Amino acid sequence: MAASASGTSFVPQDDALVLERLRRGPVDQATREIRQLRRQRELNPQDDRMAALLARRLISKSRETSDPRYLGQAESVLAPWWDTTNAPVGILVLRATIRQSTHHFAPALADLDSALAIDPNNAQAWLTRATILQVVGDYTGARRACEPLQRLTSELISVTALSSVQSLTGEAEGAYQSLTNLLQRSPQASADQRIWAVTLLAEIAVRLGRTSEADDFFKQAFALGERDPYLLGAYADFLLDKNQPRTVIELLKDETRADSLLLRLALAEKAANDPKAGEHIAILKARFEASAQRGDKVHQREEARFHLHLLGEKSRALALALENFAVQREPADLRILLESALAVGDTAAKAKVTQFIHTHRLQDVQLDRLLRNGGEI
Amino acid sequence: MKQSCPLQRRPFGLVLFLVLALCIAALSAHAHKPSDSYLTLEIGSTNLTGRWDIALRDLEDAIGLDANDDGDITWGELRAKHSALAAYAQSRLAITVNDQPASFRLDRHEVDNHSDGSYAVLRFTCAIPATTTKLNVRYNALFDRDPQHRGLLRLNVAGTTRTAIFSPDKPRQEFALLESGGGNSLAAFVKDGVWHIWIGFDHILFLMALLLPGVLQWNKGRWVPVATVREALVNVLKIVTAFTLAHSITLSLAALKVVSLPSRLVEASIAASVIFAALNNVWPVLHRRVWMIAFAFGLIHGFGFANVLGDLDLHGRVLALGLFGFNLGVELGQMAIVLVFIPIAFALRRSWGYRSLTVKFGSLLVSAIAGVWMFERLLNFKVLPF
Repeated sequence: MAASASGTSFVPQDDALVLERLRRGPVDQATREIRQLRRQRELNPQDDRMAALLARRLISKSRETSDPRYLGQAESVLAPWWDTTNAPVGILVLRATIRQSTHHFAPALADLDSALAIDPNNAQAWLTRATILQVVGDYTGARRACEPLQRLTSELISVTALSSVQSLTGEAEGAYQSLTNLLQRSPQASADQRIWAVTLLAEIAVRLGRTSEADDFFKQAFALGERDPYLLGAYADFLLDKNQPRTVIELLKDETRADSLLLRLALAEKAANDPKAGEHIAILKARFEASAQRGDKVHQREEARFHLHLLGEKSRALALALENFAVQREPADLRILLESALAVGDTAAKAKVTQFIHTHRLQDVQLDRLLRNGGEI
Repeated sequence: MKQSCPLQRRPFGLVLFLVLALCIAALSAHAHKPSDSYLTLEIGSTNLTGRWDIALRDLEDAIGLDANDDGDITWGELRAKHSALAAYAQSRLAITVNDQPASFRLDRHEVDNHSDGSYAVLRFTCAIPATTTKLNVRYNALFDRDPQHRGLLRLNVAGTTRTAIFSPDKPRQEFALLESGGGNSLAAFVKDGVWHIWIGFDHILFLMALLLPGVLQWNKGRWVPVATVREALVNVLKIVTAFTLAHSITLSLAALKVVSLPSRLVEASIAASVIFAALNNVWPVLHRRVWMIAFAFGLIHGFGFANVLGDLDLHGRVLALGLFGFNLGVELGQMAIVLVFIPIAFALRRSWGYRSLTVKFGSLLVSAIAGVWMFERLLNFKVLPF
């Protein structure tokens, strides 16, 4: 299964042979809406409301299918407003969302600033801004972006957003407690709000070392919604750290489309000495090479993990982890940087991590353990 | 759960999207790669063959493939769309050879499984002229549907592979090609080598400066003619061989990018070498081992030749061919000059005119010219017309 065009092509003999599965089952509501919106938009390509709606649907579809193709299509839908500074607020926020997905964080923040200048009460803009600032490690900025949410959105949303930042700046226990309590008091909250809060609680619990509570929260999140790729990845990492590779294999054995999930599956297979590991490692290698061929650098965190834990290429992993760290600084980014720095013995890179942890009073038992053991897991 | 309402008016109704917005932060880390198509072009001696792999998911969006809308794309459904696919391909890919548009004919439709899904494989051929010097490819498939789509091009020509990426910002790529067909190329390189030594006045003057006294020998402060042809030939042979060997070595090293010297320094040093060789004829410092001067400075002259090859930007097999051919050309050109010069010099070696005027005065003149060259090259301006 080569990613480049040097693979062997063939002429199928059977008209009924299924070449590609676009979706399982008949057309769902989301796809129907997208089609309808596309038809309407063709009649009126300059209608920004219609374009914004369609773009939002496409972005959702992208997340559900783990296929960034839809993000590109959303960008195409917003083409009339893509390069202007003078776009409607809704379009600016969507533009920011799409831009940050390709790690163009600075332009995304600029778009959000423009949006907020027009409409300072735009909750979505504040929320997206808080998210991006958290990803790049600007916790002060993220905190400030959370403040307006208190009066603009529901309590659950604003507290979840704030708890996220608090959990990374030395207030993990307090944030954990207050969000748990609030969640219990909010049975009327929508499923998606609940999934978000529960997922965050699972992540904070992992960082605090409360493994059984984390497990409970993960299971709750799965019960509330579909098999979200982000959730699957986070749970898989949790299980891998608990030395339960077989559970991961069971969980992810059909998830070979998304690179990030295939990575976790391969990691589990390697840990469990499963014979499929080799095949999956080869596929991942091809996929990363294909990404490199097109000049993409959005998967460096995964690529670093791949090189360190699956190929044993420590120096390459460290180089990737450092490049990644220059762009984003979530705990997962810190972790792979620390792991590769310890593997190579690079004290300067390690110091970057310890300094970050110290400056922000970041609480993460996995990072602490790595620092204590010097890399032995 | 999904609500479609204007963004500003009902914040709580946007909950679904708000939550998604947050998860999107991590989205990029999850998804596999965005849309790519793979285009391979192979330039042969009589035609151009192409292979274009386009993802079925992309084609579904661009031209529609799932006719019965059951979520599966079958071979039958793809086959039914072959003419639409061909039309799409023809409209989104334009190949121009030597500034003439080249129409391509679709030969076969196939399928291939890539690591991220199934792709339709289009195989096509394009008639091209016997000698192709320029290739231009314009690509704009799918950009109107997905600006993050990229066309990944591999161009195979004369044993080398070049790659390029088509994007909405860069829908055109141009490639300079050499004449196809190995025989022609070698001849072209040899011609190039001969030409470059004949127009290389500095190289010629250096060689001449060394060869002028080749038919003489320094005896008690004067140039005296050598007695036999054999002596003269041995002298000349030693000098020419040393020069040739030296510049072949550095030409190769530089062309293969093993050693790289700044060209201004090289050119100025070549001029300096001419000065030295010429002045050495008037005040011989090294008169018994002239071949050493030939070798030492020959090394620098080699770098000078390499600049010419460097401008052609060759790779792989063509580079090896070019190196060999060019070097051969230089030697042949050199030999031609020597074969003309030596008989004349030998015949004239006894005359006072040769020994004093040509050798001494001529050498002084040459060193003066070379002196001006050196200043020109160091300070980067031109005084002399040659």
